[in-house]
Amino acid sequence: MGILEVQNVNKRFGGLQALNNVNLDVEEGTVHAIIGPNGAGKSTFLNCLIGKLEPDTGSVMFQGKPVLGSKPHEINQMGISRVFQTPEIFSELTVLENVMIPCFATRDGSFTLNALKKIGAEGEIRTQAEQMLKDVNMFDKASFEAGSLSRGDKRRLEMAMCLSQKPKLLLLDEPTAGMARADTNNTIDLLRHISETTGITMVIIEHDMHVVFSLAKKISVLAQGAIIAEDIPDNIKGHPKVREAYLGEAEV
Amino acid sequence: MSAVFKNNDKTLFTVFVLAVLLGPILMAPFGASYPDLLQRFAIFGIFAIGFNILFGLTGYLSFGHAAFLGVGSYSAVWMFKLLSFNVIPALILAVIVSALFALLIGYISLRRSGIYFSILTLAFAEMMYRLAYSVLTPITNGETGLQVYSDDPQYLMGENGITTTHLFGIKMNDVFLRFEFLGREAQFNFGYYFAAIFLILAFYISIRIFRSPFGMMLRAIKSNQNRVNYTGLNSRPYTLAAFVISGVYAGLAGGLLACMDPLAGAERMQWTASGEVVLMTILGGAGTLLGPVLGASFIKYFEAIFSKINDNVLHTWFSFLPDGLENGIVWVLHFFVGKGWHLTLGTLFMLVVIFLPGGLLDGVTRLFNWVKNLGKKKPEEEQSTKASPAE
Amino acid sequence: MDAIILQILNGLDKGSAYALIALGLTLIFGTLGVVNFAHGALFMLGAFCAVVMQKLLNSVKITIDPEKLDFLGNPAEIKTPYVELWFGDFGSKLIDYSVPVSILLAIPFMILVGFVMERGLIKHFYKRPHADQILVTFGLAIVLQEIIKAAFGANPIQQPAPDSLSGALDIGVYLGFEANAIIYPYWRLIYFFFAIAVLGSMFAFLRYTTFGMVVRAGMADRETVGLLGIDINKRFTMMFGLAAAVTGLAGVMYSPILPPNYHMGMDFLVLSFVVVVVGGMGSLPGAVAAGFLLGILESFASMNEVKSFFDSIYIKSIDQIIIYLVAVVILLTRPRGLMGKAGVMEE
Repeated sequence: MGILEVQNVNKRFGGLQALNNVNLDVEEGTVHAIIGPNGAGKSTFLNCLIGKLEPDTGSVMFQGKPVLGSKPHEINQMGISRVFQTPEIFSELTVLENVMIPCFATRDGSFTLNALKKIGAEGEIRTQAEQMLKDVNMFDKASFEAGSLSRGDKRRLEMAMCLSQKPKLLLLDEPTAGMARADTNNTIDLLRHISETTGITMVIIEHDMHVVFSLAKKISVLAQGAIIAEDIPDNIKGHPKVREAYLGEAEV
Repeated sequence: MSAVFKNNDKTLFTVFVLAVLLGPILMAPFGASYPDLLQRFAIFGIFAIGFNILFGLTGYLSFGHAAFLGVGSYSAVWMFKLLSFNVIPALILAVIVSALFALLIGYISLRRSGIYFSILTLAFAEMMYRLAYSVLTPITNGETGLQVYSDDPQYLMGENGITTTHLFGIKMNDVFLRFEFLGREAQFNFGYYFAAIFLILAFYISIRIFRSPFGMMLRAIKSNQNRVNYTGLNSRPYTLAAFVISGVYAGLAGGLLACMDPLAGAERMQWTASGEVVLMTILGGAGTLLGPVLGASFIKYFEAIFSKINDNVLHTWFSFLPDGLENGIVWVLHFFVGKGWHLTLGTLFMLVVIFLPGGLLDGVTRLFNWVKNLGKKKPEEEQSTKASPAE
Repeated sequence: MDAIILQILNGLDKGSAYALIALGLTLIFGTLGVVNFAHGALFMLGAFCAVVMQKLLNSVKITIDPEKLDFLGNPAEIKTPYVELWFGDFGSKLIDYSVPVSILLAIPFMILVGFVMERGLIKHFYKRPHADQILVTFGLAIVLQEIIKAAFGANPIQQPAPDSLSGALDIGVYLGFEANAIIYPYWRLIYFFFAIAVLGSMFAFLRYTTFGMVVRAGMADRETVGLLGIDINKRFTMMFGLAAAVTGLAGVMYSPILPPNYHMGMDFLVLSFVVVVVGGMGSLPGAVAAGFLLGILESFASMNEVKSFFDSIYIKSIDQIIIYLVAVVILLTRPRGLMGKAGVMEE
């Protein structure tokens, strides 16, 4: 039994069947990649997992507990964090504050009225956030305004924010999109390092096959809203259905 | 380091306390050292500080905060009518009732954000205004306004009770010291110092909120509400807490207004009054600590000054100009002074939003940096561009 | 039964005004994404077009008649309006019909005001936060209102409907009720049909012209339309002028019903916002439907039977707040309003 079990999820937008009976079983502690051509429904699928969208039918169980119908913050408090395709960060706040906020959320829960507590007295949270920034090599930018960072740094910051919550499941939506080759490799190393040292389960949506095959233990292929294949990377490479779905699109 | 860890708050607070306590002297040279105006500085300072906790931190623009001010005033006057002219029960009820109203209105309005929220609060404020003006006449005394009559019960009044608002015998309208300072009179008045204590307390709490994890969450909500939710934080109770806190500040301010002059009228709740506190906050600088207080004092000062100016005063000011020019200028200015204060207010509103979105303090800082940079050679320019905004 | 019909009729004229203002608000909001707090001021400016026209038509030439003396013994002054001097009987007719005639002034004037507002001010605020847009238009609303107050004074200025239309129609007779059961002033009837005509032509314009098509497309997805190479900004400026004209017309024609005063704009603005929100932000039919609905509702709340019921539970003049109460209930049960679509201005 996996950490995340998705059964028969359907989602319709008007006449478009965006997700068609999607089943997915993610094993704890692994990196599970979901690949598929543009418009296959990958992002829609992730949105259903974090409570941004409500699927029409189906069930999503996380550690045996139902996810659907919960609010985004409740889902996060269950231990699911998400990195977005375009980084969602607090642009007007400093990098350090950006990482401190998720630390607070993990420690204090979804709401605490600590209006008269001094933030300076929260040494523990601050150390934790600073350590996280060191881990992702951004400590020297701790006092920068997050909005002034480069695109790549914003992504890294967002990843640091998610990781600082020590999630049980990390959802990554194209974490290397628009990155230079060197940055991509750094990200791969970082993710592999995290996966190996912390054992955080990851579900990763990716276009870049280089990233997928360097990281994933298992790959699911999504095409036209349905899972057409699910296997270990070596078997996916030669899979006829995958070739068909990707025909002319990528060098699978 | 980042704004959160700045350690000049103590200095700021000390300077603030000193300035407030010495208010009657500091304001004397401006001809503003008389009880009524000084009290207004303090009371509307509290109002604006509270509004800033909502608007400055969360970015939720409420257009109905005057409603809580009015509720506070009505509650206070009712206490005067029922018990006695002691201000303590009045303020307690003002705070409790405004908190309840803020909780109710906030709970409903905060279901939406952005423009919807502004419109909802505006609609609520208008509804409250009409409730006070006509619908709930038995409670609010409608158009006439609520005041204390001699046949009111006043159960705690006793035989020879004090017939003006007081704090255990200290009368609010008593001036206990007055002297000439720089050619103008400085008046020290109990009412002002009573309000000043609350202003200092309000400012202190506001600093604490700004520097608390709670305050950081509020700024995060302003910056990116999606991320707040996907970070496992429930934004609704945070914004509601901020809304109620600022509603209580408004209620306290309203209660204090009634303590200085035991009257309450519906016009205090009109949309212009709500707009005024928005202007005070953005004029001083929304999201800064000191800005709202300065904005409030600025507006109340000029309101007092402008309403006294008439055409004759204008003519004496511009008498050095040739007659035609003098008359022209006076004719234009005439619309902005005296009863035309609202026109000035509206114009100021537009000018601030267009040219000074960061408020006066930010504008002064920018001007200061600009002047500083004028003297320097170009290569050195870089280092001074990131000056911290004054707070 | 006749009482109910009467209340529906009574609600129609106010409802028409709400619908027209809300339509303009929604158009501006949907196309430009700007919440125009100065929109009520446009309604007020329209109403004052009628005042200006009345003053213009009534400007008199003063001649002195040496033969006649007034009671102080001075030669009597004879005041003759210029239009009567110039056009004779037709001139007197003009004066009588000053409200409808002022439409001729209102249309170009309001379109001009709309252009100036959009080009001079609103344009610079498209990329600023919504809070700034609200604040700057709010400031503008105060300024416009105060200018009108300075120019025309604080008191309402009566605008008579033309003589021939100032009577009332006994509608009840046509519907089989007794005489005098349902009496309805002609002008209100005219206002209703006028509003229907304006609304109808606006909808037809948006539906059947390419301009309208582009605007509707822009309301749905502004960026994409911009990508198609259509100069959407120019059209939006025209849209703003048009919305201003519609709102101004609503004001002109309303002047015999509500004598223009300087704060009428803000009074109607808050209600129109409620109408727009109840109808569903961004939905034109929603705005119109909610406008009529709330207008009629308000009129029912002012019925004596309803009022005395609420009086008995110590709530005076319930009609003053009924709209807000209903709006709160609707928004609690249907947060998007009656006809609002998901995703429109959700953030």
